[in-house]
Amino acid sequence: MKFISEYRDGKQIREFSELIHKVSKKNICIMEVCGSHTMAIHRFGIKNLLPANIKLISGPGCPVCVTAIDYIDKAVAISKIQDTIITTFGDLIKVPGSYSSLEKEKARGSDIRMVYSILESLDIAKANPDKKIVFLAIGFETTTPATAAGILKAEELKLNNFLVLCSHKIMPPPMEAIIEEGIKVDGFLAPGHVSVISGIEMYRFISEKFHKGVVVAGFEPMDILQSVYMLVQQLENNTPKVEIQYSRVVKPEGNPKARLAVDTVFETTDANWRGLGIIPKSALKIKSAFAQFDAEKVFNIKIEELKGSKGCICGQVLKGLKPPSDCKLFGKVCTPENPTGACMVSSEGACNVFYRFGI
Amino acid sequence: MCLGVPARIEAITGSEAKVVMGGIELRASLDLLDDAKVGDYVLVHAGFAIQKVDEEEANKTLELLKELGMG
Repeated sequence: MKFISEYRDGKQIREFSELIHKVSKKNICIMEVCGSHTMAIHRFGIKNLLPANIKLISGPGCPVCVTAIDYIDKAVAISKIQDTIITTFGDLIKVPGSYSSLEKEKARGSDIRMVYSILESLDIAKANPDKKIVFLAIGFETTTPATAAGILKAEELKLNNFLVLCSHKIMPPPMEAIIEEGIKVDGFLAPGHVSVISGIEMYRFISEKFHKGVVVAGFEPMDILQSVYMLVQQLENNTPKVEIQYSRVVKPEGNPKARLAVDTVFETTDANWRGLGIIPKSALKIKSAFAQFDAEKVFNIKIEELKGSKGCICGQVLKGLKPPSDCKLFGKVCTPENPTGACMVSSEGACNVFYRFGI
Repeated sequence: MCLGVPARIEAITGSEAKVVMGGIELRASLDLLDDAKVGDYVLVHAGFAIQKVDEEEANKTLELLKELGMG
């Protein structure tokens, strides 16, 4: 495929690996923030191409993994309401809540449908005027504009049976929280597709306030190795800054039209991140002008007391403090077929990736 | 989840494009992108084109090794 296969050339990848071996002297720790990077790094065996002094650790950038357990509980509660259809990205369906999961409720008869896009949810709403359609909106800056555009489209079409249960989150606040907590990270591979929307200014504080490197990276093996090389150069020369490796789609200013849609529909709010706790202004909620589409307000769901998973160390995995292999449940009690924690559910969760591709 | 795939625009009707990625035909909304036209490669995420792929920049990435005296 154009713009993919040329970045998987084995010869060039080996040459980049040699180059990194040649210039990298310091012991450095690089966090890949995005779950898609975690998957690519393991899938393509990137760690084997790096010298031992470069450590790669996974961060909090898997939306399914950081979605708080009460969000799943609310979605489960809504799925039990008569004449309601839940529409969701496939990743979310197996995530265990306190007492159930969407997969279990589907098996019990709730109408829960997997969609690829919010646009499919709108089609389902149009085809089922006597039912309420609830779209489960999770994801970071990459996905939020699509949800905003979906809500604006629903308003334009005057759909009064379309709702959104919103748990969209913003990437920089957890990156700051991780640094503030004192977790040893020298540089970040910043999320490429988040940056397609947001641009790069939002990372500036990381280099200026905290003196850590940031390279906005693409997702093919050449992209990742080139980004590591750029970070190594920054750190070897003590010149931490914000750079773009993934320049074929990331512009410094991002995508202003997409951001305008987001700003029209959403405003920032505090949020509970699985493993990281409450982070101020780290999420988005639907503005009151669009309250008619806000499932949280329309259903006013009250959920029972939360019950966590005993022994699960997802929280520490999401902060890069421990690898999945340190968890007693990993691969024994907790597997992709029968996950205990969210990090084992998503195909981009660190536990799931470690399980599939090896440690 | 933030997966984005480059796809070529084959046709545009209103604010919707027919795109092809790896031989698979899909529809993608152009609501979040200005100035997209037939023949452009766009990055598609969750049913929306979110950015045009800049061919010149794409080639620069591939040229970097040569500039560094490798490749």
